[in-house]
Amino acid sequence: MGENLRTVENATCTFCGCVCDDMDLTVDMDEKRIIKAKNACVLGRAWFAKHTIGNHPAALIGGKEASIDDAIEEAAQILATARFPIIYGLSDVTCEAQRQAVAIADLIRGNIDTTTSVCHGPSGMAFQDVGESTATLGEVKNRADLVIYWGGNPAESHPRHFTRYAVTPKGMFIPRGKKDRTVVLVDVRKTPSAPVADIFLQVKPGKDFELAWALRALVHGVELDPGIEDETGVSLEVLKDLATRMKTCRYGVLFFGMGLTMTRGRHFNSGAVLALATDLNEFTHFVAKPVRGHGNVTGADNVVSWQTGFPFGVNFSMGYPRFGPGEFTTVDTLSRGDADAALIIASDPGSNFPRKAIEHLKSIPVVSLDTKPTATSKLARVAFATSTYGINTAGTVYRMDDVPITLRAAFESPYPDDLQILHAVRKRVAELMSEKRAAALKKVS
Amino acid sequence: MPETMFIIPGRSQKQGTSLNGGKFEAEYIEVTSTVEMNTNDMRRLGLQDGDTVRLSNAIGEVAVRCTGRKPEDLPEGLLFIAYGPSSTQLMASDTGASGMPISKNIEVTVDVVK
Repeated sequence: MGENLRTVENATCTFCGCVCDDMDLTVDMDEKRIIKAKNACVLGRAWFAKHTIGNHPAALIGGKEASIDDAIEEAAQILATARFPIIYGLSDVTCEAQRQAVAIADLIRGNIDTTTSVCHGPSGMAFQDVGESTATLGEVKNRADLVIYWGGNPAESHPRHFTRYAVTPKGMFIPRGKKDRTVVLVDVRKTPSAPVADIFLQVKPGKDFELAWALRALVHGVELDPGIEDETGVSLEVLKDLATRMKTCRYGVLFFGMGLTMTRGRHFNSGAVLALATDLNEFTHFVAKPVRGHGNVTGADNVVSWQTGFPFGVNFSMGYPRFGPGEFTTVDTLSRGDADAALIIASDPGSNFPRKAIEHLKSIPVVSLDTKPTATSKLARVAFATSTYGINTAGTVYRMDDVPITLRAAFESPYPDDLQILHAVRKRVAELMSEKRAAALKKVS
Repeated sequence: MPETMFIIPGRSQKQGTSLNGGKFEAEYIEVTSTVEMNTNDMRRLGLQDGDTVRLSNAIGEVAVRCTGRKPEDLPEGLLFIAYGPSSTQLMASDTGASGMPISKNIEVTVDVVK
C-alpha cells in the first residue's frame, strides 16, 4: 500500500439496488484501487476492491484491438444499417448514459429493453394492471412495524437492506429498531435470511399466487377451507394470524423479489401481492416494494419511462414508442430470431439468457459495453471496455425506491465511460440515419 | 436411477462477490457450477459433497458438483444453484408473452455421474 491515499466520503455503492450512499472510501491513488470501503457490506466491499484498472484494450473489433474512433464508426454502421436493431441492458450505467441509449433507439427506429424484463418486468406489468401502494425506504425505516419479505433472500442479495432500511435501524416512530418490528419471511426454502425473521412461512413452490390470494380473502373476511394448507403448504391458522397482523399493524411493508417474478404466474404473482397491499389500506397503511437487483435498474425504468412512456420492452419501428412485453422484450426478440443487430450495454445476456437466445445472439453483429470481459463481450463484433460508474465516473442513479442519488468518483480510469461512448455512437448514428433518409427521399422524388 | 427434481437458480453471496472478480475466474465458475441438494436426497442417491451430477431437461444438460443442505433448510426434491452459465443451460426461452423466461422451479432430471 502506498502513501498517496485519498478519502472519498459519502460515496455510493451501486452493486445492488440498495444504492447505499454512506460509503467512506480509502483510495490508493498510486495503485489506483480502493483499499477500504467503510460501511460497505460484503458485496459492496468486493465491488469496490475488485474494480481496478485492467490491462485489456479499450476497444476491439472482431476480437482485435482497434481505436475507439474506429470502433464507434463500426458500431454506428451496424446499428444504422440493421432492419431490427435491439438495445438491451442499461442497469449498471448512469441515467445520463441511459438517455443516450434511448436516443439511439429512437434514431435507428429500433428496440430498447432493459434487464428489468428478466427481473421485475412482471412487476412493471402488474403496476399497470393493479397499481402500486408505495413509499421510500426512508419512510419504511421511520414507520414500518411489520416487514414482510416474499420471494427474496436479502441476506445474500441485499445485505444492508436489513441493517440500513428495514429491520434493525431505529426510526422516528420505531425508537427501538428491531424490537419494535415484526419480520416475516415467505419463501420455498429456508435461506440465510430466515434467522432474521420472527415468522417464516415455507410456501410450496409455484404456489405464491394462491398464498397471496388466500391472504386477500382473509383480509376481506372471507372464510377459507383448511385445505388451503394442502394447496400452499401454509396452515389456515398461520395465514389467519398473518392476516390479522397485517390488518392491525401501524405501517406494513411487503418487499418482494424474484421468487414471484421468475416463476409460473410472473406478473400475476406480483399483482397479487401489490393488490394485497392496496387492500390493506382499508385498515391501516401498507405498501409493497419490489427489491431491485442492480445499482441503476430503477434508473433505467425511470429514464425509459419518462422518455418513451413505458418502462421496458419498447419498440420504435413505427416511428413512435410501443410497449410490448413478450414482443419487444429481449429474450423474445432474440429467441424468435427477430433481431439482426444488438447493442448490449452493461449486461451479459451471452451468459444469463436461455440457450436459444444466446445462439441467435452469436449469429448477429453485436456491440457490447462492459467494464470486464464477459461471454457477451467475447461474442461481440465490437466490444468497448468502459470505466465503472460510481468508482471512476460520476452521474445519477436511482435507488430501488425511485430516489435519485448522485455518484462520487473515487479515481480516474484510462477507459472511456459509457456516456462518452454512447454519445459518440448517437452522434454518428444521427449522421448516418440522416444520410439514409436523404438518399431514400432522392429515390422517391 | 435418475430422479426428477426442481431447481431454483438465484443469487448467493459468494456468487455476488466472485462475479466482481470476473466471470472467467475460477471462483465464479466454481460457485455457479455447484448445486445444493437436500441431504436425504443425496443419501438416497449415494452422493457425497463434491460428487458430480448431470442435470437435464428438454432444453439442455449440464454437469455440476453437489453439496448438501439440511432438510429443514432445503426441502426434498428441490435444488438450489447460484445463477450463471450452468443454470441457463436449463432455461426455456418461452416467456408466455411476458418477456420473462421461467427462471426458477425448473424441472430437471438428476443423474449421478460421480
